[in-house]
Amino acid sequence: MAEQYSGPVVFSDLEPYDALKKVLTKKKIDVLSEIRASNLRGRGGAGFPTGIKWNLAATAKDDKKYVVCNADEGEPGTFKDRVLLLEMPERLFEGMVIAAYAIGADEGFVYLRGEYHSFFPELEKILQKMRDDKALGANIFGKDGFHFDIQIRMGAGAYVCGEETALIESMEGQRGEPRNRPPFPVNTGYNGCPTIVNNIETFVNVPQIMARGADWFKGFGTEKSAGTKLLSVSGDCERPGVYEVEYGISIQDVLNLVGAKDVQAVQVGGASGICLAPKDFGRVIAFEDVPTGGSFMVFNSSRRMLDAAENFLEFFKEESCGQCTPCREGIPVLIEGLKQIRSGMCGTEYFEDLESLCETMRLASKCGLGQSVPNAFLSILDNFQNEYELVSK
Amino acid sequence: MTRMCYVTKKITKDGKEEMICDDTRARLMEFLHNEQEEKGYISDEAMQSMADCLGIHPVEVYSVVTFYSFLTTRPRGQNIIRVSTCMPCVMAGAEKIVETFEQALGIAAGETTPDKKVSLERTSCIGMCDQAPAILVNDRLVGKVTPDMIEGILKDLA
Repeated sequence: MAEQYSGPVVFSDLEPYDALKKVLTKKKIDVLSEIRASNLRGRGGAGFPTGIKWNLAATAKDDKKYVVCNADEGEPGTFKDRVLLLEMPERLFEGMVIAAYAIGADEGFVYLRGEYHSFFPELEKILQKMRDDKALGANIFGKDGFHFDIQIRMGAGAYVCGEETALIESMEGQRGEPRNRPPFPVNTGYNGCPTIVNNIETFVNVPQIMARGADWFKGFGTEKSAGTKLLSVSGDCERPGVYEVEYGISIQDVLNLVGAKDVQAVQVGGASGICLAPKDFGRVIAFEDVPTGGSFMVFNSSRRMLDAAENFLEFFKEESCGQCTPCREGIPVLIEGLKQIRSGMCGTEYFEDLESLCETMRLASKCGLGQSVPNAFLSILDNFQNEYELVSK
Repeated sequence: MTRMCYVTKKITKDGKEEMICDDTRARLMEFLHNEQEEKGYISDEAMQSMADCLGIHPVEVYSVVTFYSFLTTRPRGQNIIRVSTCMPCVMAGAEKIVETFEQALGIAAGETTPDKKVSLERTSCIGMCDQAPAILVNDRLVGKVTPDMIEGILKDLA
């Protein structure tokens, strides 16, 4: 069994439906302002304020609105959503019902990654139980005019579908290629209707906030990053697993918690995140310092970090949707560049060209995938200059 | 071919449940998943009939099928073993697992055994990094795989 470290918010107890019943006695506007007051921010990695997202969808004028749960975690090193889907699916669905009430949606979807297909029957069973309990369906808990139901839609093994507009494309039966933004899904989402897309962990926080209040929630974490974060810890440590920690915890404290010794690097945020060296271990997990979707990979001193850089680039090459040029063409050039660097054939001039290509990819790629490819590449090359030498020319 | 009508249950504004005809393109992924599960791949004929049903061109169906790594246009083995070769799994010895499977099956990763029983693939992160190295056997997640487990895993396959 995997290690699990429970913190004060996500993994703390809450009676099922308590939050939902309380919410249904309130006005929509009060639910929205409670979420806004809590400073809850998206847990998928980007950290967009949830209250603002919900508000935009709530105020959008349309008869039809949707609530979508992004259950397509595919970032290398992330598995916290797997644990949440297995351990508290009821709370996830309850969070979605609350969201539906707040924005005025009557249909919801869970976009479940293909790799987690085996969870489908159990999730379906729980949805049916919620329908029997009147927590889903028509006139939820007797609330006149509030109808909402949830369907599960399966992904089919595409990392890029974790990007919200690609996810919507996939739900519409299209290739999972990200759209241009704006317009954002809160105005033009699924079938062109206002849609909120939130991460599983974000939804799971919602019932706690509604049951215990925004002030309680803000009591955890830092001023700019309220609450807790689930970290998926993997790699060279004694106790890999899911750890719920308060925002503001330092990298070193996490390393102590998981029993990691002789650490030369931590990759925070998966393949699209950044690589930290021991000089950075005083930095903290928070939106204002080191933001993360949860992936926390530990590397001890026996590892060659250029191997990691290559593995991440190969991953992106496989998963790029190929729609936009900077990403599609840029990744193979970086892979070739890394090979040259490793073989000691790379000159300083060529290296500068690679850096400038990285800048182009950050600026010109259409979605977060291409924009974040350079993160690991540059931070590993920057922190581990001892592993290679450039030819001066 | 006649256009079939697929129905789903919807809740109307006044809270009544009713069955409505739903053959919008959003159903395509569901069709594809069912076909893949049933037949093991998506044939040209299947793509044509889905396209007819949804009122789109078959090449649009083809473009969707080829986008997703779990959907295929050619038959694969009855069983598919996917070994995660993402960083945490590689650190825990995923390459050794791939090698052991390759030797046991007599094929290289990316190939199918001649008796069409097993396909072996490398895959991106499958969300089991805390139990690395991990594999997907059809849709079952298996963690902490060691080379000595592989014979047993292959024996259990129908």
